[in-house]
Amino acid sequence: MAEITLKSLAHTYLENPKSPQDYAIRELNHVWQQGGAYALLGPSGCGKSTLLNIISGLLEPSSGEVLFDGEVVNDLPPEARNIAQVFQFPVIYDTMTVYDNLAFPLRNVKTPEARVHERVMEVADVLELTSQLKRKAKNLTADEKQKVSMGRGLVRDDVSAILFDEPLTVIDPQLKWTLRRKLKDIHQRFQITMVYVTHDQLEASTFADKIAVMYEGQVVQFGTPRELFETPNHTFVGYFIGSPGMNFLDVSARDGAVWAGDTALTVEQGVRDAIEKASSSNIKLGIRPEFIEVHTEPVEGGMSAQVDHAQDLGTYSIVYLTLGGISLKARIEEDQTTPTGTAWLRFPDERLGLYVDEYRVEVDHE
Amino acid sequence: MNKVYNNRAWWLILPMLLLVAFSAVIPLMTVVNYSVQDVFDANTRFFTGTEWFKEMLNDPALQAAVLRQFAFSLTILAIEVPLGIGIALIMPKKGWQASVALILVTMPLLIPWNVVGSIWQIFTRGDIGLMGWSLRELGYGYNITSNPVDAWATIILMDVWHWTSLIALLCYSGLRSIPDAYYQAARIDRASKWAVFRYIQLPKLTNVLVIGVLLRFMHSFMIYAEPFVLTGGGPGSSTTFLSQSLTTMAIGQQDLGPSAAFSLIYFLIILLVTWVFYTAIMNMQKDNNKGA
Repeated sequence: MAEITLKSLAHTYLENPKSPQDYAIRELNHVWQQGGAYALLGPSGCGKSTLLNIISGLLEPSSGEVLFDGEVVNDLPPEARNIAQVFQFPVIYDTMTVYDNLAFPLRNVKTPEARVHERVMEVADVLELTSQLKRKAKNLTADEKQKVSMGRGLVRDDVSAILFDEPLTVIDPQLKWTLRRKLKDIHQRFQITMVYVTHDQLEASTFADKIAVMYEGQVVQFGTPRELFETPNHTFVGYFIGSPGMNFLDVSARDGAVWAGDTALTVEQGVRDAIEKASSSNIKLGIRPEFIEVHTEPVEGGMSAQVDHAQDLGTYSIVYLTLGGISLKARIEEDQTTPTGTAWLRFPDERLGLYVDEYRVEVDHE
Repeated sequence: MNKVYNNRAWWLILPMLLLVAFSAVIPLMTVVNYSVQDVFDANTRFFTGTEWFKEMLNDPALQAAVLRQFAFSLTILAIEVPLGIGIALIMPKKGWQASVALILVTMPLLIPWNVVGSIWQIFTRGDIGLMGWSLRELGYGYNITSNPVDAWATIILMDVWHWTSLIALLCYSGLRSIPDAYYQAARIDRASKWAVFRYIQLPKLTNVLVIGVLLRFMHSFMIYAEPFVLTGGGPGSSTTFLSQSLTTMAIGQQDLGPSAAFSLIYFLIILLVTWVFYTAIMNMQKDNNKGA
């Protein structure tokens, strides 16, 4: 049981890194609290697995420190860190039975056989492997093998944390849901810190209380699934979370108005002030497709947009619009009328985010 | 799906059948033919039935050669297999060192049998051979032409030098195919070096080792040129292995009937041992406890 702190951690696989792009992980500070269920979310190649391997000790960071409960563990090998890790593809010991596989991590540290038996039976029960215990692990199906791999992590009751590196990749969608549920149960039962790496936002939000979104070797936001959805801290979070992702409009302030291409936008005063004050020219306004108000008739403050096409997804539709030369997506619920030709849009003030140099800037609401 | 059944396709295996007939079946049947007859010349021969087989099985010299042969094959397997695995484990895995190690290890395999025999013949000579001379200088009366123990030890050493590389190379390739995740998981599970070898590396090596052991067994059981050049089967008959006895009988004494019968027995021994070994290994890998 431990709180894991990462202090100005950075890692590169190159010998002579020159630019920030050469780093798999860029200067990173983070704390995983004891007992939390966390997800590490990001696209392939953003440094998630690298970060996980650094925490478990399989990789040595190029610089920075890893602390468990305030103690620097950089020099400790994985064996001494007391951490369990489950890999993307199942690793099982072919020649052993399922029972022996589960008992392996305990027997390696000379745990009394009675205790081993007790733990193995408990974990087998949780993972529904009890009937398989006497089988050779080699003959199991892929998902049973992955359950055994997870079991080897769970069987140790003294672990500081369990790290999961996209553990459900090889599992059928049907079973994925059950196993994720199971992991959540296990977390609540044993109160072990769990870090779950995935590139699937649904997987992350069903498993974790808090999600760290990684992008280009950095944690760009750390928050609850709701926070990530409602107030993305970085344009990448807006784009990556949600289906479809957030709409972004490149904007500039000119002649006392805010412009997206050749269209003047109706936005509140605070936004205009903030844009005028911004030192960078990389300014974007972001709004989620769910929050755009779409009207079929002209309304007060409505901006007219061209309707390109609509996609019916059953319980809702996604409408593709063009506003001032910029493509937008808006979500229309079943009970609303889907516009054709021209639509009038409104961006609710509290749902509109301002991004300067890709990071969110707070705006004074009047 | 509509599957077309056209049994004329069987004719396509005809060329293969012919080839096998000429390369294997006909020569083998010639041997079978000789083994049941006593042939004097092109026109005079008598049918002898199983007489040659009985005679061969009861020949004390041949029985001794069979025992010697088994002793030899088992000894070299007992040395070459663990040694080969050991070498494979310590061979460098990447960089230029890996290439150098591979070339060095492969070298002995490229040398023809007769040459190996000659190299060791010179190497072990008491007057000019490095090994023979050194051992004598150190005070050991090393002599492979008069001391059977020296002769045996030298032949085994020679075979180990010549063939351990084969096992090492097979194991090396087997080890290279183990994904890193296995080693990582073992570290996370706090497995000892021995446990990693016993539960990860050895199981992954089983398949290549089966091939390696079979090849080495068949090969060593048929060993001929190397001991023939090195010791000529002596001193006495202490290093006369099966194929040398057979050659002496068939070529030296022109006893075609007995040597044909003996060839067949020889062939059946190899076949039997190989089959038993293979079946035993395959059975070991089966799941003995399906479900519970």
